[in-house]
Amino acid sequence: MRFPWSRLARFLSVLSVAALVVGLVSCSSDSEKSDALLIYNAQHESLTKEWIDAFTKETGIKVEYRQGGDTELGNQLIAEGASSPADVFLTENSPAMAAVEKAGLFADVDAATIAQVPAQYRPATNKWTGVAARTTVFAYNKNKLTEAQLPKSIMELEQPEWKGRWGAPPVKPDFQAIVAAMLQLTGEPATAQWLAGMKTGAEIFSDNIATLRAVNDGQVSGGVIYHYYWFRDQAETKEISANTALHYFKNEDPGAFVSISGGGILNSSKKKDQAQKFLTFITSKAGQEVLENGTSFEYPVASGVPANKALVPLDQLEAPAVNPSDLDSQKVTDLMTKAGLL
Amino acid sequence: MVSAAVALLVVATFVPLGYVTWSMASLGPGSVYELLARPRVGELLVNTVGLVVVTVPLCLLLGVGAAWLVERTDLPGRSVWRPLFVAPLAVPAFINSYAWVSVIPTLHGFWAGVLVATMSYFPFAYVPVAATLRRLDPAIEESARALGSSPRVAFWRIVLPQLRLAILGGGLLIGVHLLAEYGAFAMLRFSTFTTAIFEQFQATFNGAAGSTLAGVLVLLCLVLIVGETAARGNARYARIGSGAQCASKPHHLGAMAIPANLALAALAVLALGVPVWTIVRWLWIGGTQAWTSSDVLTSTVQTVVLAASAAALTTLLAFPFAWVAVRYSGFFARFVEGSNFVTSSMPGIVTALALVTVAIRYLPPLYQTVFLVLAAYVLMFLPRAMVNLRSGLAQVPPGLEEASRSLGVSPTWTFLRVTLRLTAPAAAAGASLVFVAVATELTATLLLAPTGTNTLAMRFWSLSSELDYADAAPYAFLLVALSVPVTVVLFKQSTKAAAL
Repeated sequence: MRFPWSRLARFLSVLSVAALVVGLVSCSSDSEKSDALLIYNAQHESLTKEWIDAFTKETGIKVEYRQGGDTELGNQLIAEGASSPADVFLTENSPAMAAVEKAGLFADVDAATIAQVPAQYRPATNKWTGVAARTTVFAYNKNKLTEAQLPKSIMELEQPEWKGRWGAPPVKPDFQAIVAAMLQLTGEPATAQWLAGMKTGAEIFSDNIATLRAVNDGQVSGGVIYHYYWFRDQAETKEISANTALHYFKNEDPGAFVSISGGGILNSSKKKDQAQKFLTFITSKAGQEVLENGTSFEYPVASGVPANKALVPLDQLEAPAVNPSDLDSQKVTDLMTKAGLL
Repeated sequence: MVSAAVALLVVATFVPLGYVTWSMASLGPGSVYELLARPRVGELLVNTVGLVVVTVPLCLLLGVGAAWLVERTDLPGRSVWRPLFVAPLAVPAFINSYAWVSVIPTLHGFWAGVLVATMSYFPFAYVPVAATLRRLDPAIEESARALGSSPRVAFWRIVLPQLRLAILGGGLLIGVHLLAEYGAFAMLRFSTFTTAIFEQFQATFNGAAGSTLAGVLVLLCLVLIVGETAARGNARYARIGSGAQCASKPHHLGAMAIPANLALAALAVLALGVPVWTIVRWLWIGGTQAWTSSDVLTSTVQTVVLAASAAALTTLLAFPFAWVAVRYSGFFARFVEGSNFVTSSMPGIVTALALVTVAIRYLPPLYQTVFLVLAAYVLMFLPRAMVNLRSGLAQVPPGLEEASRSLGVSPTWTFLRVTLRLTAPAAAAGASLVFVAVATELTATLLLAPTGTNTLAMRFWSLSSELDYADAAPYAFLLVALSVPVTVVLFKQSTKAAAL
């Protein structure tokens, strides 16, 4: 018997026309029912979900999000300009916040929120606020390096003796924020030279997790990452961190940079009141306790909430003083593109 | 009206090319030069060109070798191998990478890229070569043998030249895939132009460096297409003469059958065994818990709806194209046909970047809607629907339509009752190809998906980039499962003597 092609075809065409109708109807109804707050979210999806769930439970306000990276979403906001559908922008690091601020797209943050966040964790302009923090660390393989062999400063890593022995994820906004801090602290020539050294000397990984795993496997002796990837893995399976330890540069070294995760409200938002409420919520005691007690292991920065007990307290990190509003992501991307890292 | 619709679509197919040209022009030669004349571009060029130059011949070698063993020899177990070498088409390349990386975590760089790409793409050479070998008239080869050529000489001088179209077509397809692939190479830490454009996108959204790189990538694609067209030549491959062709006599392998079977088994293990084993293993480790997340169901539904909508829309839009291609001749018809092949060979990242930029600037209501992502799919996959539809439409005798018209039926009704019904099987085959292509598409989907959309490929990608292999496994399994039926259809088509 021949395969009943025509019957299959009829079935498929009916099915696909139905699917088309359902698809179009559901997406147009999506855009109509857009009473939900829209976050452009560059923070970890799991953390933002925790915040959203708690916020919706308390206020009844529905929240949607669009997931992406810091600079991707920041530049997207700039490209969209006044017609952006976004209400809130959340990042992991400050440079993307600074870029959107420079483009004049943020509304002022409510005084209620500002009052909850100490001055060192937000820009003086009050166009956005810090919502969490993370610190730069040098994760190293304990079988490959002794404590005496550790670099004193992140700047040492450009030296020939480190060639092929360290790794980092230059494509990640996380790492680019560290470079932005370095740029502000040491100036352009030193940063460009360091990046050139990195291009020849470092193993390039796609993200923090891949870097940490390579350190753990001994592919490289150490890697520049943020602290919480290590603590998360330690709290779970230790699959990618069992052979490793963390080295804090301290001493106000560029490598001791503490990066502030930001939250801001778009001037073009039509739901500014609800957006302000959301920002006030995540910097409140309840919102910050998600950081203290949850699985993110990022540092709380507001409402006096202490860090998770496993972490080294923020005030013992001897971080360099950096003005978050002046971290220049555009300049960093240009320098890294010039160095051939992007 | 048909020609107006066609003209509009032709214009749309030039959006990606136009975007690249326009962004280069608006940057000015100075900054374009500055963005291009840097070591990183040289490095990417070496990587990308090297990848194509090494992988395409490897794939062709494996494809032709396997096809010859399966189709032209008395190898025991041929019927087992035949479907097995089409099956890798059901495993998207980025899932293959995931499989290899989880077997050998340190795998990275150029040769890793070559390995995974070869295992993913050699069926593109195998399928057309096997189909051609099966239909080849053995008479010429027999004449050569009768005139004193050794079997080896007969293969090189008679068989291989007749495979030219299949080899070139397969090679082009492999080359285009290599240039466009993002996920597979990103996971292997191997940089090509496509991965670099994606990284630029992540750093700058639609920045200048990214679109300049896209310009180079487009140029590489055009080189491939022009090269393939030039190498085709004008030789005639059809058999002339009356009567049925006789069946070819299989070559006797003798003792060589054992190493031949071992080689084929090794190929099957590398191409199919590794991904299947990995997925099963991670499914086992993840247990039922990995399936319980409601995301699995949501993204399955979203993927199926999106892919079905795109398949329906693409097939619908392919009709006027196929109509013009079959029923008209002349420059316009050839131009129409050629234009969408050029666009579809543009990497998805270029099409997606172009659509994002155009929508933000000129069509804000379409921005971040499902229409935009559907438009990208149509531009990328129109030829898949069209190739099938064209052959289906060519088989509709115009006499039947004329008869219907002369009996007083209106043109529209004639189209619906005669033409459409006769082309339905071809349309279904084309639509199913588009369905799978969309369901497993990653790059353009990542850039264009509307807020709240999370396809299987997107979920798989975000989980596997966080090295959460166990939770990614159900998505890998579903992606492969969605592709299996269409791979079966492809296999059936390729084994039918007159198909392709």
